Amino acid sequence: MGRLFRNALVMLVLLSAVTGVLYPLAVTGAAQLLFPHQANGSLVERGGKPIGSELIGQVFSDPKYFWGRPSATSPQGYNGQSSGGSNLGPSNPALTDAVKQRIAALQAADPANHAPVPVDLVTASGSGLDPEISPAAAQYQLARVARARGLNPTQVQALVDRYTSGRQLGVLGEPRVNVLGLNLALDAH
Amino acid sequence: MTGNDFLQLGVYLAVLLLLIKPVGAYMAAVFAETPNRVTRFGAGVERLLYRLSGVRADEEMGWKRYALAMLLFNVLGLLVVYALQRLQQWLPLNPQHFPAVSPDSAMNTAISFATNTNWQGYSGESTMSYLTQMLGLAVQNFLSAATGIAVLVAVARGFSRRSMASIGNFWVDLTRSTLYLLVPFSFVLALLLASQGVVQNFKAYVDVPVVQVSSYDQPVTDAAGNPLKDAAGNPQTKPAQLTTQTLPMGPAASQIAIKMLGTNGGGFFNANSAHPYENPTPLANFLEMLAIFLIPGGLCYTFGKMVGDKRQGWALLATMLVIFVPLTIGVIAAEQAGNPALHGLAIDAQASAMQAGGNMEGKETRFGIASSGLFAAITTAASCGAVNAMHDSLTPLGGLVPMWLMQLGEVIFGGVGSGLYGMLAFAVVAVFIAGLMVGRTPEYLGKKVEAYEMKMASLAVLLPCALVVICTAVAVLAPAGVAGIANPGVHGFSEILYAVSSASNNNGSAFGGLSANTPFWNVLLGICMFLARFPLAIAMLALAGSLASKKQVPVSAGTLPTHTPLFVVLLACVVIVVGALTFLPALALGPIAEYLMSSH
Repeated sequence: MGRLFRNALVMLVLLSAVTGVLYPLAVTGAAQLLFPHQANGSLVERGGKPIGSELIGQVFSDPKYFWGRPSATSPQGYNGQSSGGSNLGPSNPALTDAVKQRIAALQAADPANHAPVPVDLVTASGSGLDPEISPAAAQYQLARVARARGLNPTQVQALVDRYTSGRQLGVLGEPRVNVLGLNLALDAH
Repeated sequence: MTGNDFLQLGVYLAVLLLLIKPVGAYMAAVFAETPNRVTRFGAGVERLLYRLSGVRADEEMGWKRYALAMLLFNVLGLLVVYALQRLQQWLPLNPQHFPAVSPDSAMNTAISFATNTNWQGYSGESTMSYLTQMLGLAVQNFLSAATGIAVLVAVARGFSRRSMASIGNFWVDLTRSTLYLLVPFSFVLALLLASQGVVQNFKAYVDVPVVQVSSYDQPVTDAAGNPLKDAAGNPQTKPAQLTTQTLPMGPAASQIAIKMLGTNGGGFFNANSAHPYENPTPLANFLEMLAIFLIPGGLCYTFGKMVGDKRQGWALLATMLVIFVPLTIGVIAAEQAGNPALHGLAIDAQASAMQAGGNMEGKETRFGIASSGLFAAITTAASCGAVNAMHDSLTPLGGLVPMWLMQLGEVIFGGVGSGLYGMLAFAVVAVFIAGLMVGRTPEYLGKKVEAYEMKMASLAVLLPCALVVICTAVAVLAPAGVAGIANPGVHGFSEILYAVSSASNNNGSAFGGLSANTPFWNVLLGICMFLARFPLAIAMLALAGSLASKKQVPVSAGTLPTHTPLFVVLLACVVIVVGALTFLPALALGPIAEYLMSSH
């Protein structure tokens, strides 16, 4: 038993050093060397200063911006320090109420638009930080944004297309539009 | 279901099946008893580790000594994780100055990571220092996975050895799993994930000014940081301006790689693999899903090779797929059909080239329905427990599938090592039942199955079942258990059933609405996780010890072949019947009732 205890203790220390120190340091070194932009958070800069991340969404509620997915993080949406979803069950009346409120807010910002709202625009994302919306959700908002900015819809469409990615490798995931990138491009237009 | 839903499932299965043989053959070389190209490569490092720790690598262990070494090593590891959490405010690499974790939460998390469950009652980005994540949690990700593989290899030796008193050396199996398998595979996966956008650094969190300033209600706290409530008991808030966003950082890629490969599932961030820094692209998601099944699937091939009949390994893999594929289609179809409660609202939930449609609550746009549904099935079939969509918000039937996959005992791929040794317990039960039906002495892989083997196999099969049923009952009867429920009605019962099923099968995923970071839940689930892991592993080692000491029974006309489609069907039926008989009543009270209520 004494020898077994020594085996266990020293083995734990040594394997901890390999897996808990050497391994993450080696990965950090290699990742920083090979993929510095990604390993440091895929930051987006404006005027040389970071203004956000390509991968982390932000709150948009002004009609002149494309709005992202509803976010269930607290106390404010898109809280980077408290990721998570609503965890509302499908039969929870609070979910139905939240969806109704979001539909009403979108319609109030664009009273002329009577199309049904794409589902991803009225349901909270899993992370609360989803940087993207579906192309359908971008299309739904396009006329509103163009009007609020006094732009021609075709100009806005061109920007939407630029920030749209298809399925990765043609198969994986879903087509999507990066909201922060698109809104920054609109501001710079 | 859409064509692309089927295509994504098909591509996943094709790539996985292509990798089974090379990975399985590599692992067979790692654990081979004779030196080979693989083990010679790292022999120097191995010898150094053995010399420093006083391990005699050529010493063979009987099952009791093997089990004792396994238990001792894991309990020591558990204590280290507990100590790191309790002391983190005085230790380095804590740039956010997180305080010590509470005793019950620290105990729960220590058990959780040492048992390969990785249930998380806490929120990673606001609780754990980088040091705790790296030296505590990530280390256990490796070592609990290596332990599972070691036990499986020992069980395989039980079948392959004849008239021997020993089943191998725990230290050698542990070291080789870690050095030859988990570390190099994780290194490659971590870099692939980093290329997709998973963060890997030691920086403090980055504050950025937001593009559009907005207002929100900020909770008011007293001087001690406790939330203040108004006369009606609602939290007090004050209007505030949102001008900055804090982007979390940290060494995430290295931890996420082993979280997947070791079927651990504990997220670096609270949102787990739904977090864009943890799972940024559909390709990253595909790699993460592949990593979950890679070792459990490959081990089927390794097992076949070790017992000298590869067909036996393929039959076990086929059994897993026979159950996995229909259930996966079930969850994707249920999610694609959408949430009936939202029908009638001005919503477009139809799948098209422009959107995934379906039930998008709790799901990420980049994953949509196919990549989320597939992930949900994979993570619960294997005892991984990582999530890329919030399971609490799945449709009733979409949520039933992950719950039931866990309740089947985590043997459909299951945890690394533990999934296959769990499936072997079912295989022993299956040959016993077949033996009863045709009136012969049951045998499996040339070993006679007798009363002792049946006791151990039954213990391994029934222990998690009993834990789920008993502890769910305890939790719904205790006011402190029911207090954690977030959703009203039958869904609240589903939250409890899911949590106990997850802990009692070492999965770790959750219906996340349940507030489980309370002393009651931390203790109850801590007990479930511990009992589901170690007594079960010890029962399987005892089975292996008994089998290793037996002679080989020659194949006769009365032998039931165990590599045929007939046996695959029989084994799948045994797994399903045990899971259905035990859990259908409970499932009827939860997801099935919710489904029936929502569709009328």
